[in-house]
Amino acid sequence: MAQKQRLRRTMMFIPGNNPGMMRDAHIYGSDSLMFDLEDSVSMAEKDAARELVYQALKTIDYGSTEIVVRINPLDTPYGRADVEAMVAAGAHVLRMPKTETAKDITDCEAVIEEMEKKYGRPVGDTLMMAAIEGALGVINAYQIATSSKRLIGIALGAEDFCANMKCQRTLSGAELQLARQTIVLAARAAGIDALDTVYSDVNNEEQLRYEAQLVKDLGFDGKSVINPRQIAPVHEVFAPTAKAIEKARKVVAAIKEAEARGSGVISLNGKMVDKPVAIRAQRVIELAIISGIISPEEV
Amino acid sequence: MKISTKAEAGTLESGDIHVEVESKEEPGVEVDLDSTVMKLYGRQITNVIKDTVKELGVDGGVLITATDKGALDCTVRARVKTAIYRACESKNYTW
Repeated sequence: MAQKQRLRRTMMFIPGNNPGMMRDAHIYGSDSLMFDLEDSVSMAEKDAARELVYQALKTIDYGSTEIVVRINPLDTPYGRADVEAMVAAGAHVLRMPKTETAKDITDCEAVIEEMEKKYGRPVGDTLMMAAIEGALGVINAYQIATSSKRLIGIALGAEDFCANMKCQRTLSGAELQLARQTIVLAARAAGIDALDTVYSDVNNEEQLRYEAQLVKDLGFDGKSVINPRQIAPVHEVFAPTAKAIEKARKVVAAIKEAEARGSGVISLNGKMVDKPVAIRAQRVIELAIISGIISPEEV
Repeated sequence: MKISTKAEAGTLESGDIHVEVESKEEPGVEVDLDSTVMKLYGRQITNVIKDTVKELGVDGGVLITATDKGALDCTVRARVKTAIYRACESKNYTW
């Protein structure tokens, strides 16, 4: 079932024309799976990939994993057919590539709504996310992020972004700093998720961890991955530290104590706990439970 | 739909099935299958292929030559459907 708010630490890319990878993609524990009909599929195989992903989504039980499909842009011969097939298949989220303006989103939303009516899905059931992959998209990030109630998040696509910016990707990530900060600001202002780009060298776990920590510190919710081996390191980076969990436990205990007293004022060690502190503490506890560090009974 | 050309879909990679479609003079669906799991699932795969062709409502006789590498039923359906649409040179997909 499509859920607007949920954990999205990892979103694993699955090439849309590779049935061997589709079969067991969900067993590795990625929070979301992203079936790709766009860049990983040659033009001659677009029809085959669309059909394959459709049949897989109608048949394979991916459990509680979020199902995202990256469609082709609407201005290609494939975009509209992708939307139709994936709405009919019941995909949770459609990911729009190369989003540059709010109109890109509203145009796609109109086609989604048309297809939801055609295939008997409740209008609004299909969620969307926008990949920002160029300078114009970064400049318009807030307008994009607030363009539809269906949006669950915005994501950075670094390879296309760097090509557009006429720069190279570096180990430090300096070339992406402004784009990342702009995207996470826009996402937070819009109340949706911010998702980071892939790191494509699957043999370099150290750099993957560096990038994951960098974007976590900036406020991102998660990172796209291209290989099951990348899931655990990203989840470990996004898991809260023992010190943060201990602090959050105390805050949550103080909240419960205040509730028991019928008081709206929460205090801990003689200091008032502000609402943002309480929200952050609850988020840390949620992450610690989902990461398997503590059990719900321990809270 | 009517087959107007010979067409194929799928690959010989593990978990996939390669399907070739062409018309034949005699009516009905004929399946020539080679599979890595022939003994256990040959009959099942043949049935999925035949059912998929029938559901698509193809006119006239159809010959399917398939090489299976352990594909799931959903993959078999997808590859047969893609090959049939290509053979009929049709883009009027129904979902």
